[in-house]
Amino acid sequence: MRHLLGIEGWRRDELESLLDRAQAHLPGKPDTTHVLRGRVVANLFFEDSTRTRTSFHMAAKGLGASVMNWTQTGSSVSKGETLLDTARNIEATGVAAIVMRHKSSGAPHLVAKHVRCAVINAGDGTHEHPSQALLDAFTLRQRWGSLDGRTVVIVGDILHSRVARSNLLCLKALGARVVMCGPPTLIPPGLEAMGAEVTHNLDAALPGADAVMCLRLQTERQSENFLPSTREFARLFGLNAAREERMKPEALVLHPGPINRGVEIAPAVADGARSVILEQVSNGVAVRRAILEVCAS
Amino acid sequence: MSSTVLFRRGRVIDPRNGVDGVRDVLVRDGKVVEVSEALLPVPSSAEVVDATGKWVLPGFIDLHVHLREPGEEGKETVLTGCRAAVAGGFTAVVAMPNTKVVNDSGMVTELVLSRARAANLCHVYPAGAITKGLKGEELAEMGELVSAGCVAITDDGRPVMNAALMRRALQYSTQFDVPIMVHEEDLTLSSGGAMHEGPTSTRLGLRGIPASAEVAMVARDLVLLEETRARLHLAHVSCEGSVRLIREAKRRGLRVTSEVTPHHLILDDRAVGDYDTHAKMAPPLRSDRDVEALREAVADGTVEAIATDHAPHGVLDKLVEFEKGINGIVGLETALGLTLELVHAGVLTAKRAVELLTHGPAKAFGLPGGHLAPGAPADVTVVDPQEEWTVDAHRFYSRSRNTPFHGRKQKGRVVQTWVGGRKVFENGQVGQKESR
Ligand SMILES: [Zn+2]
Repeated sequence: MRHLLGIEGWRRDELESLLDRAQAHLPGKPDTTHVLRGRVVANLFFEDSTRTRTSFHMAAKGLGASVMNWTQTGSSVSKGETLLDTARNIEATGVAAIVMRHKSSGAPHLVAKHVRCAVINAGDGTHEHPSQALLDAFTLRQRWGSLDGRTVVIVGDILHSRVARSNLLCLKALGARVVMCGPPTLIPPGLEAMGAEVTHNLDAALPGADAVMCLRLQTERQSENFLPSTREFARLFGLNAAREERMKPEALVLHPGPINRGVEIAPAVADGARSVILEQVSNGVAVRRAILEVCAS
Repeated sequence: MSSTVLFRRGRVIDPRNGVDGVRDVLVRDGKVVEVSEALLPVPSSAEVVDATGKWVLPGFIDLHVHLREPGEEGKETVLTGCRAAVAGGFTAVVAMPNTKVVNDSGMVTELVLSRARAANLCHVYPAGAITKGLKGEELAEMGELVSAGCVAITDDGRPVMNAALMRRALQYSTQFDVPIMVHEEDLTLSSGGAMHEGPTSTRLGLRGIPASAEVAMVARDLVLLEETRARLHLAHVSCEGSVRLIREAKRRGLRVTSEVTPHHLILDDRAVGDYDTHAKMAPPLRSDRDVEALREAVADGTVEAIATDHAPHGVLDKLVEFEKGINGIVGLETALGLTLELVHAGVLTAKRAVELLTHGPAKAFGLPGGHLAPGAPADVTVVDPQEEWTVDAHRFYSRSRNTPFHGRKQKGRVVQTWVGGRKVFENGQVGQKESR
């Protein structure tokens, strides 16, 4: 049993072996439906996320586990039950792992300190989203073989993005160079200390990129004055056709979804030849199977 | 109870009177009678305290303590807070008014004072609110608060965001000559923040509170202070920018005093670790650079007091998601050990450390005590500078255990506390029986 609270704390060889394992869970590979047979995985989602929840659900089912789905709506949390009460109650039913999504950064860390089953972070606040980073790395590795020496530009709302943090740690650990790009109001301090390069000029960053990862822009950032308008954001940081021209011919485009078409990415680019967005989604299940296999068995 | 006590051959450190050396200290009827380099004859019926190898110090004074009574007696009461105080070597504490029933009237002040009399352990000096109900809207009756016994006026726990109201509070206070004590935090800058904004908040994905949330308010209030010529006391100063402004204001002769907590001098924001709510406080633990600046400021006299901001909370208040965790830690029983860490590290001389706990705070608020000249109150703290011990939160006299220092090794410990010539704490035992 082991937790996956974040990419932080995992060594390169551990990440590599997890990705290798995901390889064996791709469609058409030998049957793995026995791996978690008889075990229960709890999906504990305090925040809506159909995509991630479904993906973990399918992954658990695919390994032969049964899945307990728990969502905040109508639950005892609204009656004042604390996060720890909820987690301990679920643990008491004998689950092998808790997959959790929570709006507070560090919530899975709190739970992990007080339960004996594995805790898998499916996204905590603005902190980490490790399974997303792993599936992104997996997708890139599928195309490139190795991430060593490659440059990935991550563009958009870095400040509020757990995807950005996990990807920075994961891509760096696997040997890539990471450039973070966005307006200064959406770039937190200290990214350099985490190994990123920072720029506010997407046009300048694009020619050096082997892959560009666009992040979803939350529209409420505008009302919080992080941005003058989504229109201006799209003008300065949106990956449109003209910017695509600046990219290396073979460079890839990623997006963790869901997409705001026309804001952070133009429809033609999202659906274009260099886009691996749908591969990210389909790889998600294989990578999450590998995660459950490592953590819950 | 003996009314005459002779502290024999201790190292007396009394910064106000320039004393640092082996002395005999004779106290009688609650006052210091004589401090002598030569051996004093033992008066008949005197209790003799052999202080050889110990430090004999003026009783410590804490300008910033939350006693939680009235309203949150499950966290602390005046009685349990006073026990914690004397166990930590404090003979006087200033009680913040942000209780449930705010201390914004003479009645509440009197209630706190009567509970303190019943506890009968250390001096409790209430602070009254700046604004009614701490709402930041209307001035509380400062005259009534002062005449009921408040020694400072503060909305601690929150800032006065309205600058015009703050200006009036300062103006109005000049007729009573009390300090206005401020918790400096621009709420528009700190909004939603859970810890200091810096590389650690980025790593943890927590919304940061920039240093400017404090420094901008310090700047505003120093401007208002200059116009009003009042007395301003800055609570729990946490960053380099504030220190720089205070230094400059003092140079221009403004009546500004300030305090720093032991935890802001010892820990930086990395203490949050992996979401440890025991490292969550307002103001937040700052960067290592800020810690360095605070250390310089307490050493060079820019800041006059070390104050604990003793903030008791229940276990469940901290056993939650970091963002939901309540701010604050208890401090009375760890203050000396942490301050001595700075002495051992060469940041402070022993004399300066003692000054920050005694004469510095006494002078800032105009309180009695804080020194040991003949005629001074016989408030005395005896410290064994060599004793090594480990902080054990389960053994606190405080009703609450919220501290990030549980398990920390310390060198130097309070062995006795005397208030008004009466021993109230000795070797881990608070002398006063439980009342009620
Ligand atoms: Zn306070």
